[in-house]
Amino acid sequence: MSAPASPLTHPAALALARRHRVRIWEPLPWLVAIAAYFVFPSYLTFGTEILVMVLFALSLDLALGYAGIITLGHAAFFGAGAYAAGMLSLYAGWNEPISLLLAAALVAGILGLLSGWVLLRTHGLTLLMLTLSFAALLEELCNQFIEYTGGFDGKNLDIAPVLGAFEFNPLYSNTQYLYALAVLFVMFVLVRSIVYSPFGHSLTGIRENILRMPAVGTPVQWRLAMAYSISAAVAGVAGALSAQTTLFVNQTFFNLEKSATVIIILILGGYGRLYGAFIGAIAYMALAHFLSKAYPTAWQLGLGLLLIVIALFARNGILGIGARMLRRLGGRAA
Amino acid sequence: MIFGIDVASILLGGFAAGMVLFIVSVGLSVTMGLMGFVNLAHGGFAMIGGYVIVLSMNRWGVGFVPALALGFVATAAFSVVMERLLYSRLYRAVELDQVLFTIGLVFFMIASVTLLVGPENQQLQLPDMLRGQLDLGFITYRTYSIVIIVIGVVFMVGIWLGFERTRMGAQIRAAVDNRRMAESLGINVNRLFTFTFAFGSGMAALGGGLGAEFLGLDPQYALKYLVYFLIVVAVGGLGRVTGVFYAALIIGVLDFVLKQYVPRGGTLYIYALTILLLLLRPQGLFGKPA
Repeated sequence: MSAPASPLTHPAALALARRHRVRIWEPLPWLVAIAAYFVFPSYLTFGTEILVMVLFALSLDLALGYAGIITLGHAAFFGAGAYAAGMLSLYAGWNEPISLLLAAALVAGILGLLSGWVLLRTHGLTLLMLTLSFAALLEELCNQFIEYTGGFDGKNLDIAPVLGAFEFNPLYSNTQYLYALAVLFVMFVLVRSIVYSPFGHSLTGIRENILRMPAVGTPVQWRLAMAYSISAAVAGVAGALSAQTTLFVNQTFFNLEKSATVIIILILGGYGRLYGAFIGAIAYMALAHFLSKAYPTAWQLGLGLLLIVIALFARNGILGIGARMLRRLGGRAA
Repeated sequence: MIFGIDVASILLGGFAAGMVLFIVSVGLSVTMGLMGFVNLAHGGFAMIGGYVIVLSMNRWGVGFVPALALGFVATAAFSVVMERLLYSRLYRAVELDQVLFTIGLVFFMIASVTLLVGPENQQLQLPDMLRGQLDLGFITYRTYSIVIIVIGVVFMVGIWLGFERTRMGAQIRAAVDNRRMAESLGINVNRLFTFTFAFGSGMAALGGGLGAEFLGLDPQYALKYLVYFLIVVAVGGLGRVTGVFYAALIIGVLDFVLKQYVPRGGTLYIYALTILLLLLRPQGLFGKPA
C-alpha cells in the first residue's frame, strides 16, 4: 500500500502554491522604479507623487478589487493618515518619519474598522452615500478645527531625517523618492501576502457570491470589516507618506476629488490584480502632469471620454486589455 | 413678535432653497428607484439646463418663462439621446461601472461647457416683476423666493397627481416596487425609464435655472451640489416623490438655519445626520423597507 500523498506534494496544494509564487516578471516594476531614479533625476518630486498614488490605489484594490466594497470615500483614510502624522509632528513634537507612518496606519486602521463595522452592513447606493458622507464629514471636521488643521490653507510640517541621516530637502526629492519606494515595497509585500492568504481568498469569495460564503461558514461581516480596516490602514500610510514627502497637509486630502481620482487610477490600470495600481497611477499621473497644466479643459474632456470608454468597453483596465491580447496570441500559437 | 418674524423668514428662505433641491432631485429619485442606476451625472443635466435658460435670457433676450420651457425641452431631448446611446448599455452593469461612466460624463459636460461658454459664473437677470419685496401681510419677503416656493408646490402637486392618478404613474410605482413583476405583467419598463429619465432631466434643468440666482451657475455646479442632490434622494427614499419633497424641505431649512447661525462647518451636521439616518433606515425616511 502506498502512503497517502503528503500535503505538500498533493496536486491541490501545488496548485495553490503556484498561485502565489513570485512570477518571473514581478521584479520588473521595481527595477523600473530604481532605474527611474537614475534616468530622471529632475523628475523625482513627480516620481514620489506617483509612488504615493500607487500605494493609495493599492489600498483601494484590497477593498474594491478583492473584497468588492464599492466606496466613494476612500480619501477619508488617506486624509486621516496624513493628519495623524501631521498633528503628531506639529503638536506632540513627534517627528520621526517611520514611527509616524505606523501611527498613521493605526489611526486610519481603527477608523476603518469602526466605520467599516457599521457602514458595511449596507450595500449598493446606501453604501456609496455613506462612504461619501463619511469622507465629507471628516473634511468638514477638518474645516471646523481650522486653528489646528489649517483648513484649506493647510499646515507646513517639519519632519526629522529618515533614520536620523537622510533629510527631506524640499528642493531635491532624492530622499523622498527612495523613502517612498521603500515604504511602497514593504506595503506591497504585505498586501500581496494578504491577497494570496486564505483570508484573501475568502474575500474574493465574498465578492463573487455573498450568499454562498456564509453558507460555507465564513463570517462575512467580520471579514469585510477586517479587509476594510487593513485597506484603510494602507491608505493612511499613503496619506502620511504624501504629507511627509511634501511637508504639507490640508483638507483637500479628504475630498471627493481625491476619492474619485484613486478609483479612476485603479480602474484604468485594472482592479483585483495588484499591479493595476502601478500601471494606472503611472498612466494617469503622466497624462495629468503633462496635459493638465498646458490644457486643463482639454484634459478634463479627454479624461471624461476615457472614463466613458473604459466603463462601456474595457472594464478590466489596461492590464485586462493586455491579458486578453496575450490570451489571443497564446491561443493562436497553440 | 420679532422671534416670530425670524422664524417665518428662515422658513421661507429654507423652503425656497428646498424647492430648488426638490425640483432638481425628483427625477434622480425616480430614475434611481426604477433602474437602480447610480447616476452621478444628474447635476450635469441641471447645470446644462441652467446654462440654456440663463444664456437664452442674457444673450438672446428670451423671456423668463419661455427660457425655462426651452431649458426643459432642450435638456430632456439631450438626456434622451444620452440615455438611448449610452446609459441603456449599462443597466445590467455593476454599480462600479455606472459610477465610472457617470463621473466620466460629468467631466465631459463640465469641460464642454467650459470650452463653449467659459469657466466664469453666469448671472441670472431676473425680470423686473420678480425683483423686490412682496408684502404677505405678516411678513415682507423677497418676491423671487416666494415665486420659487409657489412653483415648487405646483410641481409637487402636479407630479403627485401624475404619479397617483394616471395610468403611467401607476406603472412607474409598480415598477419601482417590483420591477420583475411589473415586467412580467407586460409593462415596458425600459420605455418608462426613458420617459422618466427625460422628464427628470428636464426638471433638473428647471432647478438649475431657477436656483442659479442664489446657488450660482458655473461649470463646477455639476459636482459642487451633487452631494446635496444625492443626500436628498437617499433621505427621501428611492422612487418616492413625496419623500423627496419632504427631504428637500427638511434639508433646505436645515442648511439655511445652519448657514445663518453656524457660519463655519455647519454642513458637518447635515453629513452627520445623513449618516445616522441611513444607518438606522437604509431605505430613507420615506422609503419602504427592502
